[in-house]
Formats: sequence, C-alpha cells, structure tokens
Amino acid sequence: MTRSRLPALLAWGVVLFLFAPLVVLVVNSFNASRFGGAWEGFTWGWYEKLWAAEEVWQSLWLTLRIAVSASLASMVMGTLAAYVLHRFRSWLQNVHQVLITLPLVMPDILMGMSLLALFVLSGIETGLLTIWIAHVTFCLSFVTMVVLGRLQDFDFTLLDAARDLGATRAQAVRKVLLPLLLPGVLAGGLLAFTLSVDDYVITFFVSGPGTTTLPLRVASMMRTSRSLPVINALSTLLIASTFVIAAVSSRLQRRA
Amino acid sequence: MSARRQASSQWLLTLPSLAWLGVFFVIPALLVFVTAFRPADLQGGVGPGWTLATLDEIRDPAYLPIIWRTVWVSAATTFFCLGLALPMAFHMARAGQRQRQWLLLLVVIPFLSNFLIRIFAWKSLLHPEGPLTQTLISLHLLPENAVLLHHAGAVLLVMVYTQLPFAILPLYAAAEKFDFGLLDAARDLGARPRQAFSKVFVPGVRRGLISAGMMVFVCSLGQYVIPQMVGGVSDDMLGTKIAQRVFSDRNLPHASALAGGMMLAVLLPMLVVAVWQRIGRKEGA
Repeated sequence: MTRSRLPALLAWGVVLFLFAPLVVLVVNSFNASRFGGAWEGFTWGWYEKLWAAEEVWQSLWLTLRIAVSASLASMVMGTLAAYVLHRFRSWLQNVHQVLITLPLVMPDILMGMSLLALFVLSGIETGLLTIWIAHVTFCLSFVTMVVLGRLQDFDFTLLDAARDLGATRAQAVRKVLLPLLLPGVLAGGLLAFTLSVDDYVITFFVSGPGTTTLPLRVASMMRTSRSLPVINALSTLLIASTFVIAAVSSRLQRRA
Repeated sequence: MSARRQASSQWLLTLPSLAWLGVFFVIPALLVFVTAFRPADLQGGVGPGWTLATLDEIRDPAYLPIIWRTVWVSAATTFFCLGLALPMAFHMARAGQRQRQWLLLLVVIPFLSNFLIRIFAWKSLLHPEGPLTQTLISLHLLPENAVLLHHAGAVLLVMVYTQLPFAILPLYAAAEKFDFGLLDAARDLGARPRQAFSKVFVPGVRRGLISAGMMVFVCSLGQYVIPQMVGGVSDDMLGTKIAQRVFSDRNLPHASALAGGMMLAVLLPMLVVAVWQRIGRKEGA
C-alpha cells in the first residue's frame, strides 16, 4: 500500500520552520553587515566584541553558578521524589504527584509573580538566593518526571536478587539501583541545567540589584541597537552548547 | 519491613520535595490571592491593613479587550501548533529508528535553545532590513515599506514558533503508542488516506492531543515577553499588564489581583479535564 508523502513533507517543513531562524542567527554572526539584511563579507569581529564584553562573561559566570547548584539540588530532591512516587501508592503520593505536576503547567509569569509575593511579604531581599530558590522549584518537577520515566523501566526484582545474595538494603540501593538509575538522573540534571540557564521570565521577577543573569543581560542588550550583532555571536555559542547538551542527553537516555 | 516502618520511611523520603513545593509553590500561589487584598505602598511592596479597593480597580472595562485578545491569541496559537504537530508526530512515530532519533533531536534543540534568542532571531528575520522582509519585497509578495514587526501577526507567528515543541513532544509520545496496523485496516476497508488519518489516527491520539493543547494554551495565556518584543502598542496581553503593574507602576496588589484571576482561569479548566479523564478511565476499566 502506498504511503502518502504529505506527512513526511509537512514534518520536514516543520523542522525547517524550527531551524531557519536559528540558522539565520548563526550566519549573521559572521556577517560584516550590522543589520544582516545582505551578506557583506565574512568577519570574526562580532566574536571579538563579545570576547571584550566583560559584563557578558560576568553574567555567564553568575548563570553557571546558579544553574549548577540549582540542578544539583533538584537532582537530589527529584530523584528521591521519583523513587517514592514510583514505590508507594497512597493518598500522600497522590497529593505529592499533583504538587510535582502543577509547576509543569503553571505559566512562568504566575510562578514568578507568586514567588515575588512570597519574598516581598516575608521581607526577604531579592537576589542570588531568591533566584536559586526559584530555579530549584521549577527544575524539581522536570527532574522528577525524567527519573520517573527511567524508574518505570527498572526491574525491581534486581534489588531482591541483591538482597538474596547478601547485600544490605543500603548496599543494594547504592550498588544496584543508583548505577542503573544514573543515566536518567544525569539526563534530568542536564534538562534542569538547560532550563535554569535559559530562564528569563521567572528570574526577572525574583532578581535583585547586581544579579543580572545571562538572559537578563541579553534582554538589556536587545534594547541597544549597537550590541545587536554581538547577540548573534553569543546566540551562536549558546545554540552550539545546546546542541552538545541535547546530544549527550539523548545518548544518556538511549543507553540501557 | 513492618507496615509502620514503611509508612514512616515513606513520609521521611517524601518530605524534602513535598516541603519544598509546599513552601515555594503552594504558599506563594495562595499569597498571590492574599496580596490582592492588601493596600499598595510606594516602594512596590504592600502596606499595612486590608482593602477591597484593588478588586474594584481591576474591574476596569479597559481590561476586557486585553482579556479577549489574550484568549484569542492563545486559542489561535494552540490551533496552529496542533495543526503542525499532528502530521509531525504522525511522521515521527512511523519513521525508522534512526530518522526518529534525529527528528526528536531536531525538535528538542530549538526547544532547549534560549527563549530570548529565539525571539531575537525572529526579530532580526522580520526586521525591515532583515532577510525575510527584503526577500518578500523583492519577490513582490509584499508592498514596498511593508512592516512585519510590531504587529499582531508577528506575535502569533512567534508564539507558534516558541510553543510548537510543547505540542510535538506529548503528541509524539501518544503517537508512538498508537497501533499503526489500525490505519492499514482502515485502508483495507476502503478508507482513503485522509479519512484514515482523521477518523482513526486523530481519535487514537486524543489524550495526547488534549494534553498538548492544554500545555500550549496555558503557556500562551501567560506570555508577556513575545507581545512586548515583537508586538505593537495595541498587542498587549494580560501577562504584559501584570509585568507592567509590577515593574513600571510598582503596584504589587494590582498585579497580584490580575495574576490571581489568571491562576483561576488556568487551574479551573485543568481541574475539569483531570476529573473528566479520571471518569473516562474508570468507565474504560
């Protein structure tokens, strides 16, 4: 039976739609023209300007510190959360499940707004700590979902086998469960890391003076036309690193 | 392990995530409703005492067209996202292992790329000096001096662009579980490809369609960066107003009242769908 070509055509059309703007950014980052309307010759100039823009690197350093610490915290809590969600069936886990799912469907602006309300009403000054709290909160649910997906494929009789062979409970968890779960936990952590590096809306609500993360920096650069081509260069580097992270993550999830 | 020890270890292991989400998700959400009844102070915080004044303020009829636009743009975004994601998910689920992995990666990369950068990419594409406008003008598809940016159409386009992966991923998950033998059966029984697609495949992935649609619609309702950056002065959505109240007017209670309204508008339909799906599952069982 002949298959219609239409879905395949549409699918590749969608891929083109998704990638065309990114390709234009990458090409323009090497374009000597300021507006990128027409090709005016190859240049490394925008990358040199980016290299000299110290405030961008300060923002990157801040962003990385937040992203690493927030993803580590959410990896620990999220793995634990996924384990109990998978292991136990009770009203407590039903409540737990709802709490884990809701942040995934809550629009960013509402999450930012409600955390801001919390910090203002409790008199906590916004800054590094409040950004970190916000990031852990939205990363937690994503890590839990990724690890939960992994746990559903896990054969729990392996733990019984380890116990039968004389391992203690703690040994069985440490030597059997965790190593097999590790790719899922790492994939969850990578997702958390990317989401944290990427977040603009929630961070905007809970940031304070002196805590300009990279997305906040990009937003302020977008307001001055002089730095627009520099954003192209920065974007190219960010897209390249996203590509690497996505490839690593898909490999992690494929194995086992 | 005794039942009692199991119960206490369950509580102990659940506590970290449960407490975290309780303190930093549930309580803040409730505080939004509380803040709406507090008077504003000039520093962008809340003053002492309680007031109903903000509730009167947000009944301003000027909000009606904004609410209408927010719902309309979100509905249109959802419609186009599902329309593009359905054939995409259909194709991905039927493709071979290798091509499937590639397509998945190609969908995930834009999804994980920085949100602002994707908006920025469209800003430079749609810029009057940008490649898209220039090409369309030189092909005489657009009149000279046409402006694509700062326009309701630009908002819709960029919204569809940024939300599309949110539609593709759940639909693909549903399509992967779909039994494509059913399509062949429909074809054998005389259905044309299009009929088989719309009468067998689409109902088959109904659950994925609902969750993808919900996801896109809800995310669109809360958008404020896109209308702010590629929209014109008359393309404000409810999210834009919330951000303006917080950062320009420094009126936290007013912003909270708007956010509280949006929160109810988001949670109630989800509650209805959740209950409905639960009933459906019980009947199915």
